[in-house]
Amino acid sequence: MNDIFNFAFAIQILPLLAKAAVITVEMTLAGFLLALPTGLLLVSLRLYAPRPIGLGATALIEFLRGTPLLAQLFFMFFVFPLWGIRLPVTAIGILALGFHYGAYYSEVYRGGIESVGRGQWEACQALNLGPLRGFFRIILPQAIVPIVPAMGNYLIALFKETPILSAIGVAELMQTAKVIGSDTFQYTEPITLTGVFFLVMSLISAAGVRWLERRVKGVHR
Amino acid sequence: MSGSSAVADTAGEPLVRFDKVVKSFGSLVVLKELDLAVAAHEKVSLIGPSGSGKTTVLRALMTLEPIQSGVIYVEGEPLTHMPRNGGLVPADARYKRRMRSKIGMVFQQFNLFPHMTALQNCIEAPLSVLGLGKDEAVARARELLQMVGLGDKIDRYPGQLSGGQQQRVAIARALAMRPKVMLFDEVTSALDPEVIGEVLAVIRDIGTEYKLTMLMVTHQMGFAREFSDRVCFFYNGAILEDGPPEQIFGNARHERTRQFLRAVLEAQ
Repeated sequence: MNDIFNFAFAIQILPLLAKAAVITVEMTLAGFLLALPTGLLLVSLRLYAPRPIGLGATALIEFLRGTPLLAQLFFMFFVFPLWGIRLPVTAIGILALGFHYGAYYSEVYRGGIESVGRGQWEACQALNLGPLRGFFRIILPQAIVPIVPAMGNYLIALFKETPILSAIGVAELMQTAKVIGSDTFQYTEPITLTGVFFLVMSLISAAGVRWLERRVKGVHR
Repeated sequence: MSGSSAVADTAGEPLVRFDKVVKSFGSLVVLKELDLAVAAHEKVSLIGPSGSGKTTVLRALMTLEPIQSGVIYVEGEPLTHMPRNGGLVPADARYKRRMRSKIGMVFQQFNLFPHMTALQNCIEAPLSVLGLGKDEAVARARELLQMVGLGDKIDRYPGQLSGGQQQRVAIARALAMRPKVMLFDEVTSALDPEVIGEVLAVIRDIGTEYKLTMLMVTHQMGFAREFSDRVCFFYNGAILEDGPPEQIFGNARHERTRQFLRAVLEAQ
């Protein structure tokens, strides 16, 4: 027995936490997969839609980036039901993560899109490629390459923000750790293990992003 | 010239006609009621000091720049406006696409798609715009890349090609759309001197092998003289003088033209 850290207890709760870790990763990936198209849609509206719609998109982006994720989460959790929109907590969690990070991703996309020279658009027009085709086949592939590292970094940030979902009771890692703590009055082990899990995953992901960064530098230039 | 059908075409409506075209950027007027007619299969060089409006002529024709007034006609049809109820209204996307398909352009900075190989650059638009089958598009692209001397480099990315090679791919890419008019916008200006010749040679070949109308903005006076049917000297947004190359280069009427040519030839 160890007073500071009970290894036997830690091992005992490991399966429970591992199951919750899977949910954390699932929420991360689901939020990410929603954020990618959301960001693309927002930036497309911002850059190419008629002015009123573009301004609306810009306002929405600034609103999503300028207000806390927790507030957005609570809004969807407490206010949506008043409007008759009842969603499971995991869905609310994914939507909140996806929209919040979608706004950030839209800015990342914008950086990439604006780094593609005007000449590429002109070549598209000279070849009569329509705007959609030009965007998806010519502009976007070039815009993505330089922003892959930034996208990876936001993915890590999103991952580290999933514990916020515990506030609405999503059974992810932090929520599970809190439940174990309140059931057994032993918080040290579950919270420590949760921290270690996030640290290890973040370090691995960061290494992955650095690897991508090196790969990306050599592409087509 | 003989009495072939091609000449009969030119006898009527010119292939390209600028009618009192005005283009301005804010208060800066770049084209001042420009009139210019180019016959089918004519090769016209546009020369003149920078800022004189010659590149704007090509960009307006490619619909890259909107014009403020006047009309550009291609094969007798207005380029950016379509006839409706007896008048002209701004063209819709379909009309613009149809008109644009008659025109191809090669840019100073090549503007190749860097994430696609030479072959992919040349089949992208034929596949999606012309609706060619893959085999046909590839065969056409191979033939054109062969013609510009890059038959052995079709799978290279632009980044793996020299400037001269990239520009030749860009020429093949434009030709793959089978335009009637080809626009060359200072296509050798971004190139190292030693590769300018290979690009000009390709343009020369196209001029003889294809029945194309060509408009070319160039600072290569030797090439303009030898290659063009007609040379237009631009000054201050208007054509100050135009005529056969022998006249412009040998016996220009305007002092401004002679001054410009002296300055350019001295620099070269």
